[in-house]
Amino acid sequence: MIWWAVLGAAAACYLLKLAGLSVPARVLERPVVERVADLVPVALLAALVAVQVVASGPTLELDARAVALGAAVLLLLARAPFLVVVFGAALVAAVVRLV
Amino acid sequence: MTTTLDPGERRSIIRDGLGVGIATGTYGISFGAVAVGAGLSVTQTCALSLLMFTGASQFALVGVLAAGGTPLSGALTAVLLGTRNTLYGLRLAPLLAWSGVRRVAASHLVIDESTAMSVTRTSTPAARVGFLTTGVTIFVLWNVATLAGALGGRALGDPRTYGLDAAVGAAFLALLWPRLRDRRNRVTALAAAAVALALVPLTAAGVPVLASAGVALLVGALWPGQDDTEFPEVQR
Repeated sequence: MIWWAVLGAAAACYLLKLAGLSVPARVLERPVVERVADLVPVALLAALVAVQVVASGPTLELDARAVALGAAVLLLLARAPFLVVVFGAALVAAVVRLV
Repeated sequence: MTTTLDPGERRSIIRDGLGVGIATGTYGISFGAVAVGAGLSVTQTCALSLLMFTGASQFALVGVLAAGGTPLSGALTAVLLGTRNTLYGLRLAPLLAWSGVRRVAASHLVIDESTAMSVTRTSTPAARVGFLTTGVTIFVLWNVATLAGALGGRALGDPRTYGLDAAVGAAFLALLWPRLRDRRNRVTALAAAAVALALVPLTAAGVPVLASAGVALLVGALWPGQDDTEFPEVQR
């Protein structure tokens, strides 16, 4: 089942890239369509952050993950590179769970 | 548009592309480690980097699975995130001006960074050099780093011990961060996060994230204006 998701989503993602280089630009010339398409990644990424950090099965829980996200915010404000942000957050979560 | 490229300009575009490519490609390590921590096999993890090759979608698929979502909702989230590459392609098409087999091959490399390094160029040769240098460097390094991260992650054992489950949220935030300079994007992000959390107790895992796309629909329909962060910028 995971394999189907991996291969199906990979094929769809490739076709989306190919479509961009192939279809005429006027498809997106309607401003509303363009704005929605532009906002979709923002909404999804924000929802993913929220769910990853606070959801625990069907309940909401504030734990080490929330502290780790706080650390990530500080690292991003300090303009740290991506890898430092990700592994820095992991380190903070690991330390919080130890104490 | 000029048809030739000054050797000095060409060198500087290649240098920039390599720099961005190396910086970005190496963070495949974090994807590999997170993906095996989420329960994917090393082969599945590497297949994602080879075949999907668009970081946010890959993180989304494994993130939804890690949170207990079905493979279908993980795949749908990944595909919805992949739509932004269509936007990039629409802007790049007249600039890169490839057709036939070359277009089919180049499509795989349409991602945030290759777009950022080519969409601002003023000639087709300059855009192509920027696009290919960045895209190919990232493709090679991203896949090597994914394998290294996946093998390392498997050797580590339980991902929670190392906080790797918490790293997923940080990865999504880092991907979202540059877009938050725009006020409409900030409002969209906050509303989407609120909608998703409100749905967590009510729906199956994976559904809250998909439903948050409705916020994009609503805000996009009601709030006109330009977004300055629409195309990615990278640190040079």
